[in-house]
Amino acid sequence: MPRSLAYSLGAAGLLALILVPFFPQVIYPVFVMRVMCLALFACAFNILLGQTGILSFGHAAFFGSSAYFCGYMLKEQGLSPEIAILTGVVSASLLGAGIGALATRRSGIYLAMITLALSQLVYFLFLRLPWTHAEDGMQQIPRGVFFGVLDLNSDKTLYFFVLILTLLALALIHRIIHSPFGEVLRAIREHEPRAKSLGFPVARYKILAFTLSAGLAGLAGSLKAIIFQVASLRDVHWSMSGDVILMTLLGGMNSVFGPALGAALISALYHYLDFLGGWVTIMVGTIFILCVLAFRKGIVGELQAALTTRRSDTASNDKKDSENATN
Amino acid sequence: MIDIFGVPLVALTGQIMLGIVNGAFYAVLSLGLAIIFGIVKVVNFAHGAFFMMGAFISFLLLSHLNIGFWGAIFIAPLIVGALGIVVERVLLRRIYGLDPIYGLLLTFGMVLVIEGGFRVAYGSSGQIYTAPDALRGAVNLGFMFMPIYRLFVIGAAVVICAVTWIVIERTSLGARLRAATERPQLTQAFGINVPLLMTLTYGAGVALAALAGVLAAPIQNVSPSMGSELVVIVFAIVVIGGLGSVSGAAITGLMLGVIEGLTKVFYSEASTIIVFLIMAVVLMVRPAGLFGREEG
Repeated sequence: MPRSLAYSLGAAGLLALILVPFFPQVIYPVFVMRVMCLALFACAFNILLGQTGILSFGHAAFFGSSAYFCGYMLKEQGLSPEIAILTGVVSASLLGAGIGALATRRSGIYLAMITLALSQLVYFLFLRLPWTHAEDGMQQIPRGVFFGVLDLNSDKTLYFFVLILTLLALALIHRIIHSPFGEVLRAIREHEPRAKSLGFPVARYKILAFTLSAGLAGLAGSLKAIIFQVASLRDVHWSMSGDVILMTLLGGMNSVFGPALGAALISALYHYLDFLGGWVTIMVGTIFILCVLAFRKGIVGELQAALTTRRSDTASNDKKDSENATN
Repeated sequence: MIDIFGVPLVALTGQIMLGIVNGAFYAVLSLGLAIIFGIVKVVNFAHGAFFMMGAFISFLLLSHLNIGFWGAIFIAPLIVGALGIVVERVLLRRIYGLDPIYGLLLTFGMVLVIEGGFRVAYGSSGQIYTAPDALRGAVNLGFMFMPIYRLFVIGAAVVICAVTWIVIERTSLGARLRAATERPQLTQAFGINVPLLMTLTYGAGVALAALAGVLAAPIQNVSPSMGSELVVIVFAIVVIGGLGSVSGAAITGLMLGVIEGLTKVFYSEASTIIVFLIMAVVLMVRPAGLFGREEG
């Protein structure tokens, strides 16, 4: 995508996001906060899928466990939100390191099945732990006061708090992907044996990618627990892992922020078509099938491809013109 | 009263027998997954959904057409197998040659559509399906009373696994299948219709899942989500056993069913997670799986 276009789109999007809480009659701010959480979740997930070429089918484990631990610190321990969020992120990162260390012993399709099975293990743990209230989930989690200054019970404060944290986290993801570390991840994706032969400790890189991806997914989970004041089994269930895969696939896994677009579209589908009940699942499944069959680059990927072909067309025309001129 | 490690013998044998029944289902399902993966190279996430369809079709046959268990055990796998053939021809065929990850994602999308469809049509709550008269009641095995139907399930699973093994290892069709697994292009060059083999294999694999579903209908709640809960466990079993070997998949399935049953006796809180824990240990000790050949 041309840089100027990306910048102007980003600026317009940011302006729109800043205006949202002042026009609640246009769009429901809580819905926008949900989109921001899931966008962060999907972009974090894409560090593994898009950049490293690893399909984790268990990312709900990181999202959900962080939501639970954040909720536990706020509700059961009465601690402040900064400590609760930190707990959520750290626990998700540790879980990511553990699951990553086990899962990366295999690759490809097996890795996907292993992460799915391990996330199911995490699911059953949260089903059984005494303070998670099993099927009811943790409800009425207090939001608290961030660093003793920002009262998150105020709707507008909460909105800008979530907006700023999400933007910071997305900037961090952008930084990670464009760092030398990100280059190595892509080298592993493209040709793992060669990356290994160049002397990179591939296993350690993969586990670190898992840890970072899980920690950032955990940040999304903690924010979710604070916004909705709920942490439930739905957050750790494999259907959540499936949703984040679809968001990433739909948005475009070869772009940094494409998954965020996918997250917005899928959450909009769930939000605005909620009245259709079970039909929504069928639609989501159909979109999934269509994405895999015909739309593997995702929306952003297809747009980029369309733009580059148009540009290369004009470029080759220019070249022909200049050749004609010399003749 | 005889106790073993402080557990009454009756409770122990009872749970072991229950474990064998569960293991029989794991065995038939992971067998089907292994066959499909071997030839079609797709990890069939929809295996659980087809299992659920088998159970649901037998329920619908009984409630709408008054066709009982013995009819369903033939009709349901045929319907589901035919559907599998259509799915392979229309959907799966388009993604051969791509990363196998896409096969997993495609079949996951199918799970959402199939389960969602049944939930819209019949609700999320479970339906009750009763076993046929001939298989009701229990027999005294000397050390415990065993419901006849559960004995029947164990016997049926043994027959299914044995027949599948014979077909693959001892018939000319099986020889072609094995050839197509090892060297699809070379097999094709010998004039064997490999694409047709792939279609039939997928159809037969999901028909096996449906057959397991029919067998499960009388002892489980027939509900739209009954398959997806199972398929995650079967995936773990497949990781433990390795997808490379068909008999390995069946043996691992049976073994883990028994281990799960034993866990229920000694530490029931862990019974839902024991399979996943064993998978984690196997990955640490022997990453390729117990029967695995290649690193994949």
